[in-house]
Amino acid sequence: MTYIVKPRFHHPALPKNALGYTHRDYEGSVSTLCAGCGHDSISAAIIQACFELNIEPHRVAKLSGIGCSSKTPTYFLGQSHGFNSVHGRMPSVMTGANLANRELIYLGVSGDGDTASIGLGQFAHLIRRGVNMTYIVENNGVYGLTKGQFSATADRGSKSKRGAINADSSIDLVAMALQLGATFVGRSFSGDKKQLVPLIMAAIEHKGAAFLDVISPCVAFNNHPGSTKSFDHVREHNEAVNRLDFISGRSPIAVDYEPGAVEIVEQHDGSKIALRKLDGDYDVHDRRGATNFLLERAAAGEIVTGLLYVEPDGEELHDNLKTVKKPLNTLGERELCPGSGALDKFNASLR
Amino acid sequence: MPIESVNDFVVRFANVNGSGSASANELFARSVLRMGVPVSPRNIFPSNIQGLPTWYEVRVTEADHLGARGGVDLMVAMNPQTWDKDVASIEPGGYLFYDSTKPMPPSRFRADITVIGMPLTEICNREYSDPRQRQLFKNIIYVGALSALLNMDVNEIEKLIGEQFKSKEKLIAPNIHALHLGRDFALQNLKCPIGLQVRRADKVGDRIFIEGNSASALGAVYGGATVCAWYPITPSSSLAEAFSRHCARLRVDPETKENRFAIVQAEDEIAAVGMVIGAGWNGARAFTATSGPGISLMQEFLGLAYFAEIPSVIIDVQRGGPSTGMPTRTQQSDLLLCAYASHGDTKHVMLFPEDPAEAFDFTALSFDLAERLQTPIFVMLDLDIGMNHRLSRPLAWDDARRYDRGKVMTAAELEAGKDFGRYLDVDNDGIPFRTYPGTHPTRGSFFTRGTSRDRYARYTEEGGPYVDNMQRLLKKFETAKGLVPRPVRRNADKPGRFGIIYYGSTSPAMDEAHDMLIAQGIALDLLRVRGFPFHHDVAEFAGAHDAVFVVEQNRDAQLRTLLVNELNLDPAKILPVLQFDGTPITARFIARAIGDHLDSRKVVPLHKVVS
Ligand SMILES: Cc1ncc(C[n+]2csc(CCOP(=O)(O)OP(=O)(O)O)c2C)c(N)n1
Ligand code: SF4
Ligand SMILES: [Mg+2]
Repeated sequence: MTYIVKPRFHHPALPKNALGYTHRDYEGSVSTLCAGCGHDSISAAIIQACFELNIEPHRVAKLSGIGCSSKTPTYFLGQSHGFNSVHGRMPSVMTGANLANRELIYLGVSGDGDTASIGLGQFAHLIRRGVNMTYIVENNGVYGLTKGQFSATADRGSKSKRGAINADSSIDLVAMALQLGATFVGRSFSGDKKQLVPLIMAAIEHKGAAFLDVISPCVAFNNHPGSTKSFDHVREHNEAVNRLDFISGRSPIAVDYEPGAVEIVEQHDGSKIALRKLDGDYDVHDRRGATNFLLERAAAGEIVTGLLYVEPDGEELHDNLKTVKKPLNTLGERELCPGSGALDKFNASLR
Repeated sequence: MPIESVNDFVVRFANVNGSGSASANELFARSVLRMGVPVSPRNIFPSNIQGLPTWYEVRVTEADHLGARGGVDLMVAMNPQTWDKDVASIEPGGYLFYDSTKPMPPSRFRADITVIGMPLTEICNREYSDPRQRQLFKNIIYVGALSALLNMDVNEIEKLIGEQFKSKEKLIAPNIHALHLGRDFALQNLKCPIGLQVRRADKVGDRIFIEGNSASALGAVYGGATVCAWYPITPSSSLAEAFSRHCARLRVDPETKENRFAIVQAEDEIAAVGMVIGAGWNGARAFTATSGPGISLMQEFLGLAYFAEIPSVIIDVQRGGPSTGMPTRTQQSDLLLCAYASHGDTKHVMLFPEDPAEAFDFTALSFDLAERLQTPIFVMLDLDIGMNHRLSRPLAWDDARRYDRGKVMTAAELEAGKDFGRYLDVDNDGIPFRTYPGTHPTRGSFFTRGTSRDRYARYTEEGGPYVDNMQRLLKKFETAKGLVPRPVRRNADKPGRFGIIYYGSTSPAMDEAHDMLIAQGIALDLLRVRGFPFHHDVAEFAGAHDAVFVVEQNRDAQLRTLLVNELNLDPAKILPVLQFDGTPITARFIARAIGDHLDSRKVVPLHKVVS
């Protein structure tokens, strides 16, 4: 299988966003994933989110590791630079890329194997450093690309397609991200576009480390009875804490939810998230409460989805490193090279 | 007979790690320098912070032999733990200086050396009540005594103390007091001077005294590095730390106080090199500093950087391997690891600086090379250069020099319709154009991956485009031969049949060995290799001699392996000369090894022919 280019045919009636881009301008090449793979729905949600956010596609850098999920950056944002790095190590490449140019929008896409198994260490450090990016795990509980072995997010007791039972405890990446200090944490389901698109939009606009765990059934290896990441299982056990709407700082605010059930969260750049709470007690600004709630619902066999935590004015890595506003990759000799005078002085101090 | 020598001897200080001796010993070395006499000091330290033995060796060498010599003429034995070994290591006729507060049985000494006892502890206990002061000033007191024993100019030491404590003036007077306490005791109670003496000379010139790691780190500042990611490991940590210090001094925006650099202490070396690759991909100059174990961890990423063609700089301060090996000892044993790092067919560029000045030059250059060649560049330092102060020519920078940012297609060029193929060999040098992410709204974007792709960066599993790409990478490596620093050749007065190839920290010992061999009537041509892939001059040199000795500091003759492999040389003609016990290679060793070999070949030295 090689590369398939989509026909660049623009229907004149295609809707355009504020920048004059159509949906097509946010697409990539044709997906080579299995028909029905949850990952393709996430790519579609990313395309939709970027379209609605009026992002210039080339200002996005999309990075991934290795896996079916990590292949997906080829299938969206064809005008963006992409980087398919090595298995489990995208976080470090992301960190370095972000240090080089703080002005681009960084989008990391990974799998549960890529993040929770081989890449658990790098994931943890990426989050705790507060790299300004959106990190999406397309979580199917298996290694899709290597044909269906359990991953570290597979639930204990869940059954593989070949009938094996997973005896190991599972890693909940959402709980980890909360513990590690992510300033934006959410979970969704590839089949729930209504919830997923605004979550991705809010995550992209968020300043700091934004983490999204998106349950994404693997139709080839993890969509059978006994699997806890199958479409049916997730639909039956989904417990959404809120429904949200995302309003970009650039568009006029028009929220028409009933007051009382709606909370508006304003992010650093003026963008707003309107949360329609399903559970009146859920507080998106309470890191500890979120963790407790997750554990409690998990014990009841439920998968909590929605925006679980947000700290709208979080710090990010560049704040902590006090780097100049200008991207480091634009600095030249004048800003970087101290010149022969300074060197002579240095030499003199060493005699 | 006690050794008599002016400006040519070795002093070794045997101390306990963490006793504050390091700065006193360095003060001693610098004082000799200030008298215009070159010195070459070396730390020999354990992988531990406190309580284990450390040695500091100062070679006083008016003849400018900066390599390790071997042997000790004056032992300053301050560590009871290592006493027996220390005493045994003194050359016949040498000197032993020790703390005589506690009497020692005569059996602990040697009859063929001069023993100089001084009750250091007693003097300190009498003078100071604070135990910390007793310990610290004891070191300065022995420096004072040495100044008398070796007939040194005490004014130079006083000046140095003044400079050292410029910002803590309160400390100057007590240090000078301690210095004179030791000096006066020696002058009054010991035979001064001994047979070893420092006499003022004029042999230091404008040279500087600097550690290779610091010079290399400054090279990274001058070379425009903005991102440094690293994970602590001896002997490379002090390089990243020096980079932080240099940046704090030279790279902070004077107005906003913001940093024109980003330094991240990564969670491990895999992450460190990943960050370097991410930054390099995104158009910043980035590097990591590490040692062998770190390079082992980086293997997968290095293959990605090679295959996806991402500029990156890896500074390897080599130490004794394999595994944890001899973590605080020197070796040149990572050449093969770096040359062919990662799985599949790979080849990487390496630079071999010989001293701090070249560490500065080559590190600065490595960023140009990385961007020009779009590939990892390895700067091969080692512990001997990196962690010891070395007398070195001053660092120099040409203000007219511009960074070579390599082939980067700009938005204007893309806009003008210039054809962009990420892996397209447009100039027939194997080097394609790249674009930085975010350059142009509709042109020039591409997908970077470690999987095979065609010239336009499109994923493909076809054999043809894969081979095409792998061949181009070889062509690029060919181009690199002309870009790495050329080897330095020194011919003997008369053309001879034998040559010597060497590199890196072996340099000073080789220079001295060369003199020793000439004195024996053996004249050989020398070639110092400074880069890999080998410049055409290297093959030419090998071809012009019947046999070539390759002198290096590893067990398996790694540079020799590269020479044989890459230049298709006859192994029988390439003769290894190897020292790999973790101590820096010495001239005595090289001269003996080569001399013995030539004897065994029945090569008659020139002077024997003449007489
Ligand atoms: C170092 C290394 N080890 C193993 C592999 C093989 N491998 C490729 S993808 C993968 C697992 C991917 O699982 P996940 O991240 O969950 O992605 P999915 O395919 O399920 O979307 C493995 C083990 C590899 N590419 N590199
Ligand atoms: S194997 Fe599973 S994860 Fe991979 S493409 Fe197919 S459905 Fe998707
Ligand atoms: Mg998976």
